[in-house]
Amino acid sequence: MILDSNAIPQTEPKAQAEAAAPLPAAAQEMEDPEKALRRRRAAQTFLMPLLALVLLGFVWEAYSKREGVTLPGPVQTVTESWTYIAHPFFDNGPNDKGLGWQLWASLQRVAQGYALAAVFGVLFGIIIGKSVLAHKALDPIFQVLRTIPPLAWLPLSLATFNQANPSAIFVIFITAVWPILINTSVGVMRIPADYQNVARVYRVRGPRYFFLVLIPAAAPYIFTGLRISIGMAWLAIVAAEMLTGGVGIGFFIWDSWNSSRMSDIVVSVVYVGLVGLLLDRLIAGLARLFGTKFD
Amino acid sequence: MTSQETTRADARFVHLEGIHQVFGSGAARYHALDNVDLQIARGEFVSLIGHSGCGKSTLLNIVAGLAAPTHGHVLVGGREVDGPGLDRAVVFQSHSLLPWLSVVDNVRLAVDGKHPDKPRAWRKDEAMRLVEMVHLGAHAHKKPSEISGGMKQRVGIARAFAADPDVLLLDEPFGALDALTRGGMQDELNRIWESSRKTVIMITHDVDEAIFLSDRILLMSNGPRATVAEDVAVDIARPRTRESLLEDPAYAALRKKLVHYLISTGHARQAA
Repeated sequence: MILDSNAIPQTEPKAQAEAAAPLPAAAQEMEDPEKALRRRRAAQTFLMPLLALVLLGFVWEAYSKREGVTLPGPVQTVTESWTYIAHPFFDNGPNDKGLGWQLWASLQRVAQGYALAAVFGVLFGIIIGKSVLAHKALDPIFQVLRTIPPLAWLPLSLATFNQANPSAIFVIFITAVWPILINTSVGVMRIPADYQNVARVYRVRGPRYFFLVLIPAAAPYIFTGLRISIGMAWLAIVAAEMLTGGVGIGFFIWDSWNSSRMSDIVVSVVYVGLVGLLLDRLIAGLARLFGTKFD
Repeated sequence: MTSQETTRADARFVHLEGIHQVFGSGAARYHALDNVDLQIARGEFVSLIGHSGCGKSTLLNIVAGLAAPTHGHVLVGGREVDGPGLDRAVVFQSHSLLPWLSVVDNVRLAVDGKHPDKPRAWRKDEAMRLVEMVHLGAHAHKKPSEISGGMKQRVGIARAFAADPDVLLLDEPFGALDALTRGGMQDELNRIWESSRKTVIMITHDVDEAIFLSDRILLMSNGPRATVAEDVAVDIARPRTRESLLEDPAYAALRKKLVHYLISTGHARQAA
């Protein structure tokens, strides 16, 4: 019996292998061009931006070499500001810190202003979305306020708070709050009638309605608002810090301008852009994390 | 209350009196329901049949308390309906499960609404018991997006039973399902109804479904000014099965009558 059962599989795989042999070869031929295509696409994803960057560098370098142009070219920027590029976290006292520390200080301000915006935006968004009267009363005011540019708020903010730091945080708050508020209110207003009916029939009320129906139903809208807002908060930080002074990437840029360190400005601007991108991706990642939870 | 009074109260357990429903005003004014009077006994299974737009769903929403009639009253168990409530559970046409909650948590939503004072563990077990009643124990922790349309509607039925309602309102519960799944769901609903004997009002387009499940079938006239045109009793012995139904001589006659009604009103509708 044992011999028999061994004998059968011994012959069968051979036959199978023979029969199957032409198949993998065919599959390989089919697969190869597809793999190559995928590899080419991946290479393009990395190579094309690099190519564009190099081209841009050449144009920039050529322009900076022209007479009467004070903008430093890429080569000059890297040589002049090498300390700031290579050592982001040096600390020579309160007036001379690396760009990493400058960015960190700015990020803390943005975090405070943005957190306030998120709390107020979601809260008022829900109130406006739920109450027709509140919507009628407040929506026109918000529609006007949200178009005011961040810099225009700064003098008013300084006059109100009399202090630089709270003013900067307020400017970030007031810039970031509108997309959160408006998106949240739209999300709450658009909770499907089906879910409302379910909640009414099965007596889902109070905190249970809030956490089991309202927040999950409005979550995609809230996260859209949060994502737009993080970009706007970061846009506002440079403007806000220019006038408030102290440590922070905005003030660093302003200070560099006043002492004609153009190459430092270029390096800072690149950092500001990179951090902005990271912040956007962070919120997008959070949205995806919670989004799958609400699906 | 004497036994005779109880019987009388039970005979009109759901009582609709002079229901009118008018939507909009001016040129957009639409008189959807015109003087609907209806009495449904406790434990009776009643189906509403009619063409699209005849106001079946409007009528069901009025009984559910999701819509208020322009005129008239609805009494359930002697009490006037003035809003939605757990005593009148609805199985929605579009299943209406909350997509971010698992199957068992969707049922739990209604259990918690019905029994807020019971201990947490009890409510959890009760939700699970209802999920198992509709044979979805193996899928209890899946999200609605991970289960089929028929399964979703079974969750909807389990959720409705979680409220242990006096009246069960079914708004074309199987309308979106394929014929095979629909047959299975009808068997299942029949089985659950036989063991619970709840009062049921069901909207359907399916004549066979109505005959199989109902004690009475109400034929609605076309809108505007729709009303209950005919009230047909289904005199077929229970418990019923699909096979026993086919062999019952009353079935063919009844089916013919219903289909005939739908065809004639369909012609009238096209002419109008």
